[in-house]
Amino acid sequence: MTVAEDFGRARISACPACAVVPAAERIAALRAEREGRIMLSLPKAAGALTISSVEAALQAVPGVRSARVNLTQKRVSVETGAGVTAKALVAVLDEAGHEAHELDPGLLSATETDRQGRDLLMRLGVAFFSMMNVMLLSVAVWSGAEDATRDLFHWISGAIALPTVIFSGQPFFRSAWASLRQGKLGMDVPISLALILASSISVYETWMSGHHAYFDAAVMLAFFLLLGRYLDHRTRAIARSAAEELAALEVPRAIVLVDGEEVETVTSAVAPGDLVLVRPGARMPVDGVVVCGASELDRSLLTGESLPVPVGEGTIVSAGEVNLTGPLTVRVTAAGKDSSLHRMADLVAVAEGAKTRYTSLADRASRLYSPLVHILSFSAFGYWMWATGGDLRYAINISAAVLIITCPCALGLAVPAVVTSASGRLFRKGLLIKHGTALERLAEVDTVVFDKTGTLTLGVPEPVALEGHPREALAVAAALAAGSSHPLARALADGVRALGVGAVDVAEVREVPGCGIEGEWKGGRVRLGRADWCGAEAVAATATYLALDGETHAFAFTDRPRPGAEQAVRALQAAGLRVELLSGDAEEPVRALAERLGIATWAAGVRPEEKAARVAELSRAGRVLMVGDGLNDTAALAAAHVSISPATALDAARVASDIVLLGQDMAPIADAVRIGRQSARRMVENFLISGGYNVVAVPLALVGLATPLAAALAMSLSSITVSLNAMRLK
Amino acid sequence: MEILSILIPVSLFLGGIGLVAFFWAMKTRQFDDPEGDAHRILTKDWDDRPKP
Repeated sequence: MTVAEDFGRARISACPACAVVPAAERIAALRAEREGRIMLSLPKAAGALTISSVEAALQAVPGVRSARVNLTQKRVSVETGAGVTAKALVAVLDEAGHEAHELDPGLLSATETDRQGRDLLMRLGVAFFSMMNVMLLSVAVWSGAEDATRDLFHWISGAIALPTVIFSGQPFFRSAWASLRQGKLGMDVPISLALILASSISVYETWMSGHHAYFDAAVMLAFFLLLGRYLDHRTRAIARSAAEELAALEVPRAIVLVDGEEVETVTSAVAPGDLVLVRPGARMPVDGVVVCGASELDRSLLTGESLPVPVGEGTIVSAGEVNLTGPLTVRVTAAGKDSSLHRMADLVAVAEGAKTRYTSLADRASRLYSPLVHILSFSAFGYWMWATGGDLRYAINISAAVLIITCPCALGLAVPAVVTSASGRLFRKGLLIKHGTALERLAEVDTVVFDKTGTLTLGVPEPVALEGHPREALAVAAALAAGSSHPLARALADGVRALGVGAVDVAEVREVPGCGIEGEWKGGRVRLGRADWCGAEAVAATATYLALDGETHAFAFTDRPRPGAEQAVRALQAAGLRVELLSGDAEEPVRALAERLGIATWAAGVRPEEKAARVAELSRAGRVLMVGDGLNDTAALAAAHVSISPATALDAARVASDIVLLGQDMAPIADAVRIGRQSARRMVENFLISGGYNVVAVPLALVGLATPLAAALAMSLSSITVSLNAMRLK
Repeated sequence: MEILSILIPVSLFLGGIGLVAFFWAMKTRQFDDPEGDAHRILTKDWDDRPKP
């Protein structure tokens, strides 16, 4: 920031005093909420009542210009004047009984995909309109219109069909041209050739008062192929907007200290050198060095370790870690784009590079198919040129008929119809398919690798064997734990209450940041906290310690498994998959969980690069599905054949994975594998069905018996069969 | 057969109206929130006077 800029801004500032107090101006700049649009997510929105009560509640807030609920996306967009914050609106809605979360509007950039989708839909609508009209005219021709009437009908059909082919065929022409320039024969080359050839031969035939014109075939081809294209686009757009919404839900905020005053601001406005305050329970918004305070950090998202790490002055912290006990003041070393975002971009690049190596079923089919179509059509042309002694018109007619009949109407629908149907079904079960080929890849998987902390477990501790401790110790521990928000203390207090042991009165309870809680009881000092602080011998598991009457007690904790985890593991094993557990955590908790879930192969203390290496090693022999949530899993997620992460995962992990698990329950993963296998089978079936139609129709076309009626029948019947087959998914 | 000279333009015109209606619906974003619109018609909020 230059001095000139500072003065410039000071002059137009609303408060004259700000000009002499730069710090106050920085505070004002950080605080200034953008005038404009605020987006809120309403996850529980349903029914007409929600719409009117949410809109009425928001309209009543001063400064709100308008509010409109979108029930399909479960969002409300609010047009506001200056001075209205998202936080205030969330509070207003909370009071009215609606759960609401702030969305980062910068991340919801759905406009470009939206525009593409509407463009495709527009072309699809035009193709549908002219298909219906041309078909009406064609039916008249097929049922025996002759001479001048037939010619008139052909001319009218042509007048409708030609502009349609030019307008609706553009996506195919463009992509065919692009692939031809790269010297490749994509699926779009035969499609474009068929469209152009069918239209031009029909114009010529109409001109010569011929019997057959293929205008109906040309527009029908355009319609069915556009339908496939649109379905494909829509599935991807839905997945993308849901993924964007997940990212937008985490509005990154930081509390910046400016001259001792706390200012809440978005993380992107934080600069290196700023002081940031991180309260207990908050996630580190930036990379930095602790300058003041002592606390414990939960690094499980980054390392997989479930044991909290003590930190004090001088400790280096990185974005994504969760502060547990005491407030920390951090001097920022890297914020926003320089730190975690940048790291994430690198990881995403790695992930995408790996994924593009996969050739999808559709690609393989078209690689087999495109040359075949061209060869068939050209050899038909050559044969009939020779057989008829150079009748060019007849030969071209036949080769156009071959091209139209073999053209992959059903092939273009085969994959999109299945993917649309399957991802809709999985979305209802709570799984978001982010990648188009994820389902096919899921079908090929033979090994499943799980991460532990945050994936198979919830990352929420649960005390074990509390009954083994004396009641007095439990009562004192519960009294001390009640005064803290540390996850272990909370779990301990809940566990003791569940046993029916009441807490005793402990005087002068105070929390020592980074160490634990202490108080006075029966004239003695009691402490609950870290082993060294309580003078206890540390045990191997995650534990907290109580010092009472010169004795120490260790309360051990285990991580609670995610609901459905056991079910998912059993179902995967029953489906014939090998299941492995790789964790960065200590050996004891990993062994306990593996035994509880029945996983025979497990490894503890695995570093991120070792995870990726193990996945790569398994990938040499087979295909791996990786399920993980932390930064330490990201490389492994990218290296695996297909990957799943829960919605609570770190942004980077979610971006690197193909499928996101939206709910807490783990059981849908087994369903995903089952549906993935089923849909791969349906895709192959669809290819066979459309191939089957060709086997019947192509010989007819080759010997010159194919009429436009036969072409229309083959095309529509195969497309409908393929779509129906796709909907059979369960 | 002279009737064709009337019927064909009429049918094309009617189809054209459908196409124009479709274009209009796309341009004015009528499909942005189908679920919300289905519920909105049931509310009584602006029954006595139009929304300002």
